Amino acid sequence: MKDVTFGQYYPVESFVHKCDPRAKILFLIGYLVAVFLSADFYGLAACAVVLVLCVAFSRVPVRSVLRSIKGVLFLIVFTAILNLLFYQGETTVVIADVPLKWGIINITVEGIRFMIFVICRIFMLVMVSAILTLTTTPVSLTDGLESLLTPLKWIRVPVHALALVMSIALRMIPTLMDEIDRIMNAQKARGADFSSGGPVKRVKAVIPVLIPLLLSALRRAEELGDAMEARCYTGSEHRTRYKKLTFTWRDPLIALLCAALIAGVVLMNVYLPPIL
Amino acid sequence: MRIEAEHINYTYNPGTEFAVQALKDISLTIEEGEFFGVVGHTGSGKSTFIQHLNGLILQPSAQKKYRPKKPKKGAPVPPPSVLKVGGFDLLNKKTDFRALRSKVGMVFQYPEVQLFAETVFDDVAFGLKNFAKEPLKPEAIEEAVRSALETVGLDYAEVKDKSPFDLSGGQKRRVAIAGVIVTRPEVLVLDEPAAGLDPLGKKELMALLHRLHADWCKTVVFVSHDMDEVAENCSRVAVFADGQIKYVLTPRALFSKFDELDALGLELPAAAKIARLLHEEGIDIESDFTPDDFAEKAAAYLSARLGQTEKTEKGEGGEA
Repeated sequence: MKDVTFGQYYPVESFVHKCDPRAKILFLIGYLVAVFLSADFYGLAACAVVLVLCVAFSRVPVRSVLRSIKGVLFLIVFTAILNLLFYQGETTVVIADVPLKWGIINITVEGIRFMIFVICRIFMLVMVSAILTLTTTPVSLTDGLESLLTPLKWIRVPVHALALVMSIALRMIPTLMDEIDRIMNAQKARGADFSSGGPVKRVKAVIPVLIPLLLSALRRAEELGDAMEARCYTGSEHRTRYKKLTFTWRDPLIALLCAALIAGVVLMNVYLPPIL
Repeated sequence: MRIEAEHINYTYNPGTEFAVQALKDISLTIEEGEFFGVVGHTGSGKSTFIQHLNGLILQPSAQKKYRPKKPKKGAPVPPPSVLKVGGFDLLNKKTDFRALRSKVGMVFQYPEVQLFAETVFDDVAFGLKNFAKEPLKPEAIEEAVRSALETVGLDYAEVKDKSPFDLSGGQKRRVAIAGVIVTRPEVLVLDEPAAGLDPLGKKELMALLHRLHADWCKTVVFVSHDMDEVAENCSRVAVFADGQIKYVLTPRALFSKFDELDALGLELPAAAKIARLLHEEGIDIESDFTPDDFAEKAAAYLSARLGQTEKTEKGEGGEA
């Protein structure tokens, strides 16, 4: 239960940690654009260089960043295999005079190339997103999002309420994790067994944890609502903030880096000859 | 069952930047038949320690993936650890920890969070069915559940078909405790069982624990922040601070260490507070620091002193 990387802030001081969350979110979006614009490995290489820079300047151990891959490993393997087997390429791979083609399965050189491409893309996306969540506390992340989404207020989207929902949800994840631990321990002490038996038995074993957890989550929600009301929270306009977001010299710098990356990728697409 | 711990260390998240050493070289023996108190601040390691007692927290050597390491040459050899509860060796990964858990009941803080079943009966029977090696007969289950519910002072016929969530707070706690004692554990470990109850509820709960202790639950380990409770109920007390055990004493010996307990930031029982004030005035009254015993000793002291003053000054005195 303890090794869920999502929302796991890694507390060190670094360049990336000190960047404004808004700048980091925009950087992430820009980076995604660059990754998807890359038509060839040149572009991906440029993105990879930027990724290495991000990791280096975040001072988060590479192991912690890599751990976030675990969650999407299945997705990566699945898309890789699909692409490998079904990509509509032209040159079928031939090994020892046997063309690798059976019915609709057709392993082509282009397929292999595209597979590697897709793996690199997903890998980089996940890594950079992980850097964002590892270097930004959930609270400042939602603050940043709220601030970025402010324009939506003009079309009557309750941005503030949405941001509040999100920050409470993020805030409660560790609390509920602790709660799960506590309840699991209590049931284990009564002989519950969570780690053996077939799928049906395992799903059944979860019930004694799930029901108390739901109940306590509901109770918590009610208490939290009461506490907020008792302090006259109405979510109205003109609320001041405890932490104000401010841009510093770092933020134009990473904006520049991001713009350079996108421009570089576009230029490479246009001017460099394709590999393969 | 006798509980024996020697040189026990425990670190959470070992080898990471979040590593916290919760237990530092703990040695403690709790004899069978004791009503043993554990006190200490939050984060002093007492919860970590008591969760060892029924294998919810395992020492590295008891974990499935454990492979013994070769000791480095020249490195100081740590003293050998021992952790035994009755016949169970808790340092051995081959130990049957489920069997251990059926012998060592554990009542967590606010145990009512563990309630989940549709009826009180099902909830109390949960542990019983889990620990049974082969399916039990319905009559046997009914008998055990009835006995557990009656032990905790609930009316079996009245509550058995109710939803546990329809009960009052105190009743929920009793049901939760019934769910633990239904297997008749030989050791009962309780983490602040009286927290959040009203004074009468607390009294009844303590009476219940003493009844269990006298009846069939030979050893009770009892964590509490309420020093009055500890002074009144425990045969011996261990004081945890900073992952270490500072004292293992009888309440009487422990609570006369006014200054030492102050230094650890622990409260004194009400009787000990008064005794301390009197001590500063030059009056020493020895007692067990329970309200009854203290009142008795104080009264004895007063009447003795009254007798003296009457002898010497005739007619004066009685200022207390």
